[in-house]
Amino acid sequence: MFRKKKRPGAEISSSGLADISFLLLLFFLVTTTIDVDTGIDLVLPPWVENAEQVQVKSENIANLLVNEVGDVLLDEKIIGIPQIKPEIISRIKANPKLIISYKTVRDTPYSIYITVMDQLKLAYQDLRDEYSREKFGITTDQADDEQIQEIRKAIPQRISLAEPTQAEG
Amino acid sequence: MKFNKKLAQTQQNIPTSSLPDIIFMLLIFFMVSTVLREVDILVEYQLPEAIAVEKIDNKRLLSYIWVGRDERIQIDDSIVPVEAISNIAYGKRMNNPNIIMSLRVDRGSRMGIVSDIQQELRRADALRINYSALVKF
Repeated sequence: MFRKKKRPGAEISSSGLADISFLLLLFFLVTTTIDVDTGIDLVLPPWVENAEQVQVKSENIANLLVNEVGDVLLDEKIIGIPQIKPEIISRIKANPKLIISYKTVRDTPYSIYITVMDQLKLAYQDLRDEYSREKFGITTDQADDEQIQEIRKAIPQRISLAEPTQAEG
Repeated sequence: MKFNKKLAQTQQNIPTSSLPDIIFMLLIFFMVSTVLREVDILVEYQLPEAIAVEKIDNKRLLSYIWVGRDERIQIDDSIVPVEAISNIAYGKRMNNPNIIMSLRVDRGSRMGIVSDIQQELRRADALRINYSALVKF
């Protein structure tokens, strides 16, 4: 009785489908930014209300001072920025307990601060690479998590940020 | 002499019926990888360059602080004064204890402002920071 009538041509043409998906694809292509955030990691020291002076033996401290025009003073001696890395490496090798006290003035440009920080990080990177090669025979990029933990423990980054002082004069 | 163009005996047209499928696959890839920018950056800044930069794998932990050329500070969607940072950072740290504050500071800024921000962050106990920098080759 109720027989379904057969209608001719009841299909939707799908040739436009490709065009529509192309449009969507273009939209997402244009809006996508595949950017990876890169930067220098650092852990700040915890805040203490009345900072008690911790006495550190003076031979265990390397004083790094950068002024507002980018002159670097490492323990009262002027050195150029590219020399920081080799100097720090040799000093840490001589004294593994070395703490680098990094101080700037309030007018030091941020780019110079980062360049110097970069030198310190590079120095530590080189030291860790060397340790890793000696101990595991691989570079630090190839080390697994456990090995990285061990490398970090063996060569900790001891960078102390001193609060910048007002430039004199 | 007559040169006849030889025609191959095989079929000449490429089947295009699977084209939408390929496009869809590409589309899905880009849809998944797209992150629509959720904040408008109100300050003008140019990042410094460094060699020893590390990639940040976990973007979910990141929270940004922008410092522009004119030393205005932006967090999330608004310009904030320096003194407000510790409260904001504290609130953020409550939600996410492992938060990494990423400092996107203009390369020409002075260290004074950066240090003030760091002091505020220390007060809020948000100690993991990251100086955003571009890779120098």
